[in-house]
Amino acid sequence: MSEDEELEPIEILELPLGDWHRGQGARMVEFAGYHMPVQYEGIMAEHLWTRENAGLFDVSHMGQLMLSGDGAADALEKLVPGDISALKEGRMRYSLLLAEDGGVLDDLMITAAPMGLYVVVNGAVKWDDMGYLREHLPDEITINHMDDRALLALQGPKAAEALARVVPGVDALFFMEASSFFWGPKTDPEPLWISRSGYTGEDGFEISVPATHAQKLAEALCAQAEVKPIGLGARDSLRLEAGLPLYGHDMTPDIGPVEGNASFAVSKRRRAEGGFNGAERILKALTGGASRKLVGFNVEGKMPVREGAMIFAGDDQIGKITSGGFAPSIGAPIAMGYVTSAYASVGTTLEAEVRGKRVALTVAQTPFIPHHYHRRGKAL
Amino acid sequence: MTRYYTEDHEWIEVDGDSATVGITDYAQSQLGDIVFAEVPATGATLKKGGDAAVVESVKAASDVYAPVSGIVTDGNGALEGDPALVNSDPEGEGWFFKLTLSDTSELDSLMDVVAYKAFVDGL
Repeated sequence: MSEDEELEPIEILELPLGDWHRGQGARMVEFAGYHMPVQYEGIMAEHLWTRENAGLFDVSHMGQLMLSGDGAADALEKLVPGDISALKEGRMRYSLLLAEDGGVLDDLMITAAPMGLYVVVNGAVKWDDMGYLREHLPDEITINHMDDRALLALQGPKAAEALARVVPGVDALFFMEASSFFWGPKTDPEPLWISRSGYTGEDGFEISVPATHAQKLAEALCAQAEVKPIGLGARDSLRLEAGLPLYGHDMTPDIGPVEGNASFAVSKRRRAEGGFNGAERILKALTGGASRKLVGFNVEGKMPVREGAMIFAGDDQIGKITSGGFAPSIGAPIAMGYVTSAYASVGTTLEAEVRGKRVALTVAQTPFIPHHYHRRGKAL
Repeated sequence: MTRYYTEDHEWIEVDGDSATVGITDYAQSQLGDIVFAEVPATGATLKKGGDAAVVESVKAASDVYAPVSGIVTDGNGALEGDPALVNSDPEGEGWFFKLTLSDTSELDSLMDVVAYKAFVDGL
């Protein structure tokens, strides 16, 4: 590569629905290397709409991977702490991609699909993830990056009734279940892979669709009275209220699963057997506790406390905010961050420093807004 | 009274050596839903181009700069209870602070409404 080529600016990529978003009045920003919609009519209105109706999110920047080949689940278990080999077809699990020292390289969703393991990873680190998986999985395991597919999320209490009108039968899925569906003309239907999952704390679905048909599907969904397109801005405020971590902010490679409040991702069998990256360190933290913990905070007053703000107990700096902002459904600022474990119990009062001023924080129960998942076996 | 504009999207309405400052309609439309505003205390000394106030949308915090140097005579207390005034009436009820100018010649470097409109159209 010549020097001239090296100096080429990195091109910001276009997603299959880029022009469609612009046509819907979206303000586009660069995120994870793509032009993406940050908002349409406004973050506040979009956030509240999703909590009451149904919001359509374009998350096609995320990496959709298919791992296939004999022993894919066993091989992947070296890199994630979840029980993947026990996943039945159509079931999915939240998990963590672990570095050799047990640090979290990404959080991801793993689904047992008919063709193999369908894995969705964060857009910002998907190229690193793919490199890491290729390096650490045996050559017999094929990694297919399904970049010919878009990914849409339909989230909110009315998502099921709206989607079922477009794709009959999806309402039979329960939370963390997935299946294939056909959509479109009977003579030439398009294959969709749909899971009942999401990142808002609401009931909802994530829909993998061939990129060539993403716009038609988005239009069909937005034609439903309950559905509006929602930007990344509201996606962030919704997930924060739901107490869900954002990788790269609330979780990073120098944080382990226990510190990151993700002990639940270490499955029972794996706790007994180990055999995953960083198992010794992670299992020790599970029994002995971690020195710091990711917690949620209620913020006193109206001034938002944002990522990077230092947290104090008296004069001692004992932590740092990793996500924070105004919570539209609460009408007040909330935040997440790391604190020394001694200060991690709910109700502990602390202070954050914002522009040289101290703001009172209280360690809060998370989620801030209760999850409304459509769980199997739950009485309606 | 004359209204001037800065490249950072503040407006300043001047009457003799006293003035009112806020952010423009373009600025509020770019910021989106305003959830918090912090105005300077009465008596604070501001330097042209220096930090004067803070405005926060759902997504981010932004500084409001002093268009000119001066001494703050009033902050808009209404923004504390209703920061969305900055969205609904940015160039009126959503003003940030009033000040006494220390050097009216600093106004010479600011834009008038026609120049500001051309500036925004070019963004």
